[in-house]
Amino acid sequence: MTDQEILSGLAEIIEEIAGTPADEVTPAANFVDDLDIDSLSMVEIAVAAQDKFGVEIPDEQLKDLKTVQDVVNFVSKNS
Amino acid sequence: MSELTGAKILGFGGYQPDKVVTNDDLSKLVDTSDEWIRSRVGIKSRRVARDDETVADMAEAAGAKALAACGLEPSEIDLVIVATCSPETPLPNVAATVAYRLGIPAPGAYDLNAACAGFCYAIGAAADSVRAGSARNVLVIGAEKMTSWIDWTDRSTCIIFADGAGAAVVGATAPGEPSGIGPVVWGSAGDQADKITVSGRTGTLAQDGQGVFRWATTAMAPVALEACRRAGVTPADITAFIPHQANLRIIEAIAKKLGIPRDRLADDIITAGNTSSASVPLALAAMSEQGRLQPGTPALLIAFGAGLSYASQVITVP
Repeated sequence: MTDQEILSGLAEIIEEIAGTPADEVTPAANFVDDLDIDSLSMVEIAVAAQDKFGVEIPDEQLKDLKTVQDVVNFVSKNS
Repeated sequence: MSELTGAKILGFGGYQPDKVVTNDDLSKLVDTSDEWIRSRVGIKSRRVARDDETVADMAEAAGAKALAACGLEPSEIDLVIVATCSPETPLPNVAATVAYRLGIPAPGAYDLNAACAGFCYAIGAAADSVRAGSARNVLVIGAEKMTSWIDWTDRSTCIIFADGAGAAVVGATAPGEPSGIGPVVWGSAGDQADKITVSGRTGTLAQDGQGVFRWATTAMAPVALEACRRAGVTPADITAFIPHQANLRIIEAIAKKLGIPRDRLADDIITAGNTSSASVPLALAAMSEQGRLQPGTPALLIAFGAGLSYASQVITVP
């Protein structure tokens, strides 16, 4: 899976869970500051990402993933 | 619904303390806000018991309403089960006191602690008792004074939990009448016991909110589906979905996974808070008062919490 594929998959998830238009989900976007996504929505995104990419993102890792690119990197590295 | 069982819910009722605590009230105690609480847990206000109001007092009030709703005499009740995890003391149990106060003559009486899952466990145990012939009718009560176990300086928990009681009477079906309580699907995950705890005799409730959120939003929909399957119905048949009122976002996520429309979802948490084992019967009573229940149709119950423990069953709305 390429980083671009992960990014577009993640954008679909974020649009579904948080209602953020997929085109606003850019690599540099910060979940809290730019996308207005709270910690519980992050858990929902992590669970959906696990279903989609087959990569588990534990709660203890989740708090370190601040930007969209952080998640793309995590999924890429662990898939 | 399958023909396995001969038990049904005869009637139910709820009791809430008078005192309303709003989010604005809480924002004077801890660093929080109405907007933050509503967006994270979906609660606008909750009920809190008086200092001198006990779990048994609330259980008695709810039990009396359930008895009145089904029209049974106290002497027709053979067993009283009180689901609670917040009694003032471990001894005596709450059930025997409540039975005595309600004028039920010397029934079997025990408390059951499956934390927030307690009511659905107790309905399962009550249905089995009726089926086995151990009791003609069972008074099942979920009653909690969660606020007595809360640290009012902990903004992650004091905004969530609340007090109240709800009750239902379980009795036998008439010969040939379909079962009104489907098989209970219950279970536990003791490896995650540390997610919701009270440490020691003077401790207060502590919760790994994010961990519980993840568990509940992923593990509970399959349990509810299995309860439907074992009752011989599908989620599309469910006219009312009454999950433990843990967090509005958790229960909306479970309903979405099950494909149950939002207007069939109990949302009593908005004004009742999370009342642990009392939340399912309180939400049932609230939906009834709002005209949102259809007698004779299947409703889905699921409750989950500390243990971790969970239970789910389909009931026929009385």
